[in-house]
Amino acid sequence: MKYKIFAGICLAFVGLFVATAFYYKNEQAQKYGDMAANEPSTFIRKHSRILGPEDAKVIIVEFMDPACETCAAFSPIVKHLMEQNPGKIKLVLRYAPFHHGADGFVKILEAAGNQGKYWETLSVMFKTQSMWASHSNYRPERLWKFLPEAGLDIEQLKKDMNDPALDDIIAQDLADATTLNVRKTPGFFVNGKPLEPFGSKQLIRLITSELDKNY
Amino acid sequence: MSQIKQMSDINWFILLAAWSLAAGSALGSIFFSHVMELAPCVLCWYQRICLFPLVVILSIGLFPFDKAVIKYALPLAICGWLVAAYHNLLYSGIIPQEMQPCTKGVSCTEKYIEIFGFLSIPMLSLIGFSILIAMLHILKKRTS
Repeated sequence: MKYKIFAGICLAFVGLFVATAFYYKNEQAQKYGDMAANEPSTFIRKHSRILGPEDAKVIIVEFMDPACETCAAFSPIVKHLMEQNPGKIKLVLRYAPFHHGADGFVKILEAAGNQGKYWETLSVMFKTQSMWASHSNYRPERLWKFLPEAGLDIEQLKKDMNDPALDDIIAQDLADATTLNVRKTPGFFVNGKPLEPFGSKQLIRLITSELDKNY
Repeated sequence: MSQIKQMSDINWFILLAAWSLAAGSALGSIFFSHVMELAPCVLCWYQRICLFPLVVILSIGLFPFDKAVIKYALPLAICGWLVAAYHNLLYSGIIPQEMQPCTKGVSCTEKYIEIFGFLSIPMLSLIGFSILIAMLHILKKRTS
């Protein structure tokens, strides 16, 4: 009898947990979907960097940090999907510089954008990330050695990095990340739907389902 | 004889209630961190260190009922209560922010949720540990 009571309570707890979790996640997805429809500016700001055609119907919003390993690992997955579906996907990059010193890396990226080398610089940063951003061997100064690979004018870049407007961009993106409950990077939204649960297969599934819906 | 059996049954149910509270709190904290994705701060982790073993220890004391479980569970509950009490002082601002030990990661005073406007997560923890201690104390009195 006592065993049965104990087992019953265990089952009730697990059931309650799963049901509440399911309900909560559903509510959240609904909330962000509404937000994407009513307040699209939370997802895309004027300053946001966009890759892909303007009229693409599948919009991926990614909150990222140039020093984040998982962001670097996800980059080829998104690029590959964009190549497979030309003209249908656009990627909006937002900043969530949670890593130590990551503000500086964002500023390098934005300053590189002034020279028209934004995406090239990002790809150099992701490619060489393990040499300068690894947690066990954090050497941010080493990044400068790799930046010329993107064809940048380093002197100009150092000047542009000090633009105070860049602080506003980072502050705005961090504020939007908080609004959208992005606490880890990368944080993905596809047409306003948060990637839930997190994972590369799940991201591919989410993007594919949005492609099917819109094309 | 039947009275003794009934008495020990009541003791068993008190222990079951204590275990349910510990298990419910542990699941609740997992819900906060994994479903709602609220990152736990350092002090939350110390409270979890005291709470999670209680779920196992108290359940072992249930089958068969063993009053010695109080001896093992009570110190953990008291440690958890102390950390929770400190956390609440920090959270409510009675201990100034500069003194807080969590400088890296999530701030221990970050306000995530407040149920009914006053039940914060540290407050839930303090209430939980208080009830656990009270239950274990009653059980100790009844079995000694």
